[in-house]
Amino acid sequence: MSARETFLAEAAKRILITDGAFGTEIQSWKLQEEDYAGNLGLSHDQKGNNDILALTKPEVPEAIHRAYFEAGADIAETNTFSANRISQADYGAEHLVREINIESAGAARRVADEFQARDGRPRFVAGAIGPTNKTLSLSPDVNDPGYREIDWDTLVDVYKEQAAALVEGGADFILIETVFDTLNAKAGVMAVKQLEAELGRDVPIMLSMTLTDLSGRNLSGHTVEAFWHAVRHAKPLTIGLNCSFGATQLRPHVKTLSEIADTLIMIYPNAGLPNELGAYDEQPETTADFVKEWAEAGQVNVLGGCCGSTPAHIAAMAKAVQGIAPRKIPVLEPVTRLAGLEPFIMAA
Amino acid sequence: MTATPSSARFVNIGERTNVTGSARFKKLVMAGDYPTAIEVARQQVENGAQVIDINMDEGLLDAVEAMTTYLKLIAAEPDIARVPIMIDSSKWEVIEAGMKCVSGKPIVNSISMKEGEEQFLEQARKCMAYGAAVVVMAFDETGQADTKERKVEICKRAYKLLTGIGFPPEDIIFDPNVFAVATGIEEHDRYALDFIEAVKEIREACPHVHFSGGLSNLSFSFRGNETVRRAMHSVFLYYAIPAGLDMAIVNAGQLDVYDQIDPVLREACEDVILMRRPDATERLIDLAESYKGKSVAEEKAAEEWRGWEVSKRIEHALVKGIDAYVVEDTEEMRAATAERGGRPIEVIEGPLMDGMNVVGDLFGSGKMFLPQVVKSARVMKKAVAHLIPYIEAEKAEGAKTKGRIIMATVKGDVHDIGKNIVGVVLQCNGYEVIDLGVMVPWSTILETAQKEDVDIIGLSGLITPSLDEMVTVAEEMQRAKMTIPLLIGGATTSKVHTALRIDPAYKGAVIHVLDASRAVGVASQLLSDTQATGYIESVAIDYEKVRVAREGKGKKDVLPLAEARANAYKPDFADKAPAPLQPGLHVFEEWDLADLRETFDWTPFFRAWELAGTYPSILEDDVVGESARNLFADAQKMLDQIVEEKWLTARGVCSFWECHGDGDDILLADGTRLPMLRQQFQKSRGRANFCLSDFVDPAGDWLGGFAVGIHGIDPHIARFKEAHDDYSDILLKALGDRFAEAFAERLHQHVRTTLWGYAPGEQLTNEALIREQYRGIRPAPGYPACPDHSLKPILFDLLKAQDNARITLTESQAMLPTSAVSGFYFAHPESQYFGVARIGRDQLEDYAARRGVDLATAERWLRPNLD
Repeated sequence: MSARETFLAEAAKRILITDGAFGTEIQSWKLQEEDYAGNLGLSHDQKGNNDILALTKPEVPEAIHRAYFEAGADIAETNTFSANRISQADYGAEHLVREINIESAGAARRVADEFQARDGRPRFVAGAIGPTNKTLSLSPDVNDPGYREIDWDTLVDVYKEQAAALVEGGADFILIETVFDTLNAKAGVMAVKQLEAELGRDVPIMLSMTLTDLSGRNLSGHTVEAFWHAVRHAKPLTIGLNCSFGATQLRPHVKTLSEIADTLIMIYPNAGLPNELGAYDEQPETTADFVKEWAEAGQVNVLGGCCGSTPAHIAAMAKAVQGIAPRKIPVLEPVTRLAGLEPFIMAA
Repeated sequence: MTATPSSARFVNIGERTNVTGSARFKKLVMAGDYPTAIEVARQQVENGAQVIDINMDEGLLDAVEAMTTYLKLIAAEPDIARVPIMIDSSKWEVIEAGMKCVSGKPIVNSISMKEGEEQFLEQARKCMAYGAAVVVMAFDETGQADTKERKVEICKRAYKLLTGIGFPPEDIIFDPNVFAVATGIEEHDRYALDFIEAVKEIREACPHVHFSGGLSNLSFSFRGNETVRRAMHSVFLYYAIPAGLDMAIVNAGQLDVYDQIDPVLREACEDVILMRRPDATERLIDLAESYKGKSVAEEKAAEEWRGWEVSKRIEHALVKGIDAYVVEDTEEMRAATAERGGRPIEVIEGPLMDGMNVVGDLFGSGKMFLPQVVKSARVMKKAVAHLIPYIEAEKAEGAKTKGRIIMATVKGDVHDIGKNIVGVVLQCNGYEVIDLGVMVPWSTILETAQKEDVDIIGLSGLITPSLDEMVTVAEEMQRAKMTIPLLIGGATTSKVHTALRIDPAYKGAVIHVLDASRAVGVASQLLSDTQATGYIESVAIDYEKVRVAREGKGKKDVLPLAEARANAYKPDFADKAPAPLQPGLHVFEEWDLADLRETFDWTPFFRAWELAGTYPSILEDDVVGESARNLFADAQKMLDQIVEEKWLTARGVCSFWECHGDGDDILLADGTRLPMLRQQFQKSRGRANFCLSDFVDPAGDWLGGFAVGIHGIDPHIARFKEAHDDYSDILLKALGDRFAEAFAERLHQHVRTTLWGYAPGEQLTNEALIREQYRGIRPAPGYPACPDHSLKPILFDLLKAQDNARITLTESQAMLPTSAVSGFYFAHPESQYFGVARIGRDQLEDYAARRGVDLATAERWLRPNLD
């Protein structure tokens, strides 16, 4: 069975669990600049370049993957949120993009395989691709709304380089996450489509949008429904929401998405909203109680955590949704789904 | 299916953002005016377009660049970007570039099997990878599908191919080609019916697909007959929609409500579209004649000129001011000129200038009037605008003009109706006009004059402080050692002021131009090799005479201030108005425009167009009657739109203050002092030397103040400018002024009857209002009874007019928006308007002290009253 088929089969049986935050966990290791930099001889200060740990301190991400699998996760998301040419350029490490992704995916693969061998339950590796810090839909210059910092073709190449390396390193899926700009996500989809054509095989896509305001739009202005219409051609394995707010604020949007998407729904919220000091202090049981509501309402297929969540949060979630039936994928009428920032449906 | 915010059975596609369908949009894009072009999209969405079609296929445009630029700009406009985009191009590279910019899910319009299956599927795969629905034209390797059988065959084949590569059937929109019917060619008779029947059949054979069509083709034979075209479109949709047509690219304004079509016409259209009888076409053509809107004779005449040779048609269009066909005629002329190896500029130098010369001659001989001339200019501008891209494409020099003239409203002043009229008249007569707009500092005028090597500078101004600014421009021209002539015009300018103040400041020729009709004569003499010297000398002699005459007048006419004060007006204060019923500040955010329209004083409107006479008798005037009637009809039409579509907002404020008269000042209870000026010239027959403070009781009284403005004119003016439509531009500005005056009149009435309430029973007709047959006056700072503009900031502070009426003041105390009125209310029954006129040095010094300003400042503000 392909990874897609195995995943669908498992998802039909139960609510699957993905992992939680990486950054929060790495912080607890109290790493110094030299830990990050290793002996790569890079010119820039590497402190904060979490992704490069795959090359300089691989035991850290490995240990975190292990902790999440122990907490009950079925999916490991690779520590590669910023492992793309654009973001790594800030650290002078853009030439290491391929290596970082191969090593990160490889490490996640090893730990996943180790746990799968232990109990026979399938474990999956999602190769995580962040949005980069450039946007295709918005101008950074308020006086020049037609200006763009980056163009489509460049961004497609940036994504493709990363996706190819992740797949090469052993990732089952490509997770295009924290989508603040829908057009960036579409470029990501195009990159994976091109990669599929080159590899001559299926590379399943997971898509996860992030909302920037409570009315339910991302930074490029798309509503949850418009986003779904705009990316449905990716035929994603999962579609969902991550980051943004805590589970309480995401509730109405999870409901909307679960009703309109004819694919699996994956939601991994932050552990509440940050407090005055910027720290997340929502307790694992609290988060678990929120996501349990979605599970009971039949709205989700995959759950996990984003900023502020820990293995304890993941364990609490896994426990809370155990035994609750997963959402059934609805069958949609074949109507024409178009979108601007808002959805538009042409009736059949 | 869950409820969705927007789902539709028939999709309304906005089609004005298409360079092939909208001349206006094309011009905007060609000119690189994207901000205005973006507004076109916004209007479409505001008017209910559910999808906007964007097309940049124009030979002279880099369509990829234009498409991506436009789409990126739209992405920054949430109220436009909320709807899906239809990326419309016949060039694949434009479509693909477009898909790279659209963040939602667009429709691609279109792809087809024209170049074979391989390319068709390659493009379809790309549309899938980008995430777009597609319009598929019924077109194959052998050509466009015309018959029902071909339409069905091609669409079925395309459907099979597309679904074979996994293309979602619901994302396929077929366009089975709408062709023209009633052409007189028998094979064309079936086209509409074939389309409708093909849609029905394809829909059954190809589940989930949609259908689209471009409607304007259908009625192509009836170009120029909008009634018939609209009826045909509506009838066609009436039958095609139930058959399965989902969307149509059609101007919503080109549709009628099916039930409201004249039944006779409707039946004739149905006969044609459904091919219900063999003579259907003939019958519709016969019937169409009677729907041409005008009498048959007129229509015949109108048609006749369309049959003339093209240069004659252009001349006719210019003289008659008809802009409907000028672009196509100009294009025909240009193409013909190019055919014989000529250059596009020849079209301007030849037929266009010939036509304008006819207009100029008719105007000069008084056979044509200003409104018609401005309409002619609009036609000219449209023709020239069409030619400019071609002229620039061959990098040719501009047309040889009779001369290049700068027109500018000086710094501090915002009024430009007069300036625009003069500009138009000059352009009509072959001069190139560089219009620098309003509030132009002298430095810009001089720089432009030198950079553009101009022949004449023309200055305009409406308010009195502008006179000083004109002197400054003259002085600076002298300092720059310029020699070109300086023209002075505008309502406050005069030959006397020009001779006394401006002419001495500049050694070059300075000429006061009384009105627009004189501008051409003055310019042509100044630029004539043979006449210039003689003309300039004669003007100089004339001005010298004026100066000598003024010199001789001396100061003996002016009474000493004390004597004038002793002759002050003494009203009976027993009759003074009671305290206001509703004291305090009253803000009016949006006065009903329909109400104001009823109160218009039309006479000044005609005066603005240099048509002399009093309304309404001017409409029947032997000389200008026809011109006035046409202008009045156009004004009424625009007024209907202004009121219905709420183009403008009338905003105002008024207030009342407790006060008392204190000599020549009015002292408000809050300590604000309003110094006034007193007439100082020798009065006869016991007439008093008036001062506004005379009407205020020193023992305690009330004073009112107001400011009203008409907002929202700018976007419309911008629209007219884009369309090279000076006529509508001037018309709207003139109407804006009428609205402001009417607002001031209506508010004053409201004050008298209700707010102050000293004349609760007042009942006056509009004529009586215009003749000011009511109790109390509302003099404005800067006008004869209260000539000092610098009182305006004090009045504005009292009213908080900037916040309450959104009116601001320029450094010369001109009000913005331009259509605005402000002033004081005096309620005493004996209060009356007067002119302060000339004052003496003694009053100037006294006034400066009372105003708390230095002598030079007071002198500057009161200059017009000192000469």
